[in-house]
Amino acid sequence: MIPGEFEYHAPSTVDEAVALLDRLGDEAKILAGGHSLVPAMRFRLAQPAHLVDINGIDDLAYLREEGDHLAIGAMTRESALEHSDLVARRYPMLADAGHVIADPLVRNRGTVGGNLAHADPANDHPAVMLAYGATLVAQGPGGRREIAVDDFFTGLFESAMAANEILVEIRVPAPGAGNGEAYEKFERKVGDYAISAAAVRLTMSGNTCTAARVGLTNVSAVPMRSAGAEAAMAGKELTEEVIEAAGQAAAGECDPSADLRGSEAYKRDVTRVLVKRAIRKAMARAQGGAA
Amino acid sequence: MTTRKKITVTINGEAVTREVEPRTLLVHFIREDANLTGTHIGCDTTSCGACTVHLNGSAVKSCTVFAVQADGQSVDTVEGLANGAELHPLQEGFWEKHGLQCGYCTPGMMMTAKEFLARNPDPTEEEIRWGISGNLCRCTGYNKIVEAILYAAEKLRESGKEAAV
Repeated sequence: MIPGEFEYHAPSTVDEAVALLDRLGDEAKILAGGHSLVPAMRFRLAQPAHLVDINGIDDLAYLREEGDHLAIGAMTRESALEHSDLVARRYPMLADAGHVIADPLVRNRGTVGGNLAHADPANDHPAVMLAYGATLVAQGPGGRREIAVDDFFTGLFESAMAANEILVEIRVPAPGAGNGEAYEKFERKVGDYAISAAAVRLTMSGNTCTAARVGLTNVSAVPMRSAGAEAAMAGKELTEEVIEAAGQAAAGECDPSADLRGSEAYKRDVTRVLVKRAIRKAMARAQGGAA
Repeated sequence: MTTRKKITVTINGEAVTREVEPRTLLVHFIREDANLTGTHIGCDTTSCGACTVHLNGSAVKSCTVFAVQADGQSVDTVEGLANGAELHPLQEGFWEKHGLQCGYCTPGMMMTAKEFLARNPDPTEEEIRWGISGNLCRCTGYNKIVEAILYAAEKLRESGKEAAV
C-alpha cells in the first residue's frame, strides 16, 4: 500500500520547521519517527498535503539530567531509553516502558516526543508522563512555552499544542528520597497496543505512601490519571487492603471500550491487577529492591 | 502531482541516485530502483519485519520510512551480508541450523540479528527471542531461528570478529 501524494519538507532547524508549520497550517503534519503516521498514511487514514520531516534537526535527541529533572529531547528514539544506563538507574518506570513499546525495530525509529504529541491513549508514554508529572516544552512562532502534562491531553489524538508548535523537550522530575516507580503493561503480543497498563510513581516514607501519581494506558478516550487510586494510597501505609482499594478505584474510574482485546469488564479487572502489580513493584524499588 | 526529488542513497556501499516521489517507501526504492529484491514486503502494516534493513546502522522496517528520508544516508541490506563467496556467520547459522523453511522472513531476521549481536554478543536464548520480537515467522516456530542466531553469536565471538553494525 502506498500513501497519498504529499510535498516533502526537510528543515534543519526548529525555527525553520515552525515557520513551515505556520505557513502551511492544517495541511501539514510533522514527521518524527513516523511509526504511527506512515502506517496511517498507507491506509489513507491520514492524507496530509505536506510533511515536515524533523529527523534532520540535529539537536532534538538527548537524555540528560539538568538540575531537578531529566531532559529528554523530543526526537530521542525509544531504543535510547532502553539502552540508557542513566534511565535504568534513575528512572526505572521509563526503562520499563522503553522495553515494552511496540517492538525493537519500531523502537529504533519511534520517538518519545512523537509518542506523546500523537496524544493516542493507547500509546505508553502518556500514562508514564502523567505518573511522572512531566512538563512538556513546545516551540512555536512566539518562542518556547511549558505545558504541564496534566494540561497536555485534551481529546482523542488532541493535545494542547497549536498546529504551528513543535514538541521539543520533555522534562521528568528527578526522583527524590523514597521514590519508587514502575510501569506494568499487559498486551496480547509484542507490538500490539496494551489491553491495559499502569504507571505508578510513589514517594514512600517507610511503609507509608506520602504521595502517589497513577497513569493508565488504553482504558479511556483521553490519557488519564486515576485520582481515585492516588487518593486511596496518599498518606496511608500500603497494606494489601490499601493496594487492593487503589486497584479497585482505578478499575472503577477508567472507561475502557470493548474490542478485540476484551470486554469492558475484563479490561477493568486487568487494570485493577496491573495497578496493584505496579504499586508493589514501585514499593520494592523504593525500598531498594531490584524488582 | 507532487514535486519529485532527486536522492542519493548509499546501499551496501554503492551510491544509488534516482528521482523519486516523496511518497515512495524506502523498501520500494530498494527493491524497484536499486533492484535489490532480498528485502521483502510481508505485511504492509509495520508488523512483520520482512523488510528490515539498516539505516545508518540501525535496524528499521523499510516499509515505514520514506526513501527521501534516506537521502544522503547509508543503507545496508541482506545482499551486503556475505563477503564475496564467504557467508556471514548469520547466513551460515541459518544454513547449518535450518533456520528457514520458506525463507520469506529470513533477510529481515538476519538484519535484525546482526544489529542485536553487535549490541549483545553473548546473548541468552530469551534475550534473542525478545531481540527478534519485531520479526514474524510463520513456518519455523522460531526455535531454529534462535539456534541459528546462537550459532552465529558463538562463531562471531570465536573469530573475535565484531559484528560491526
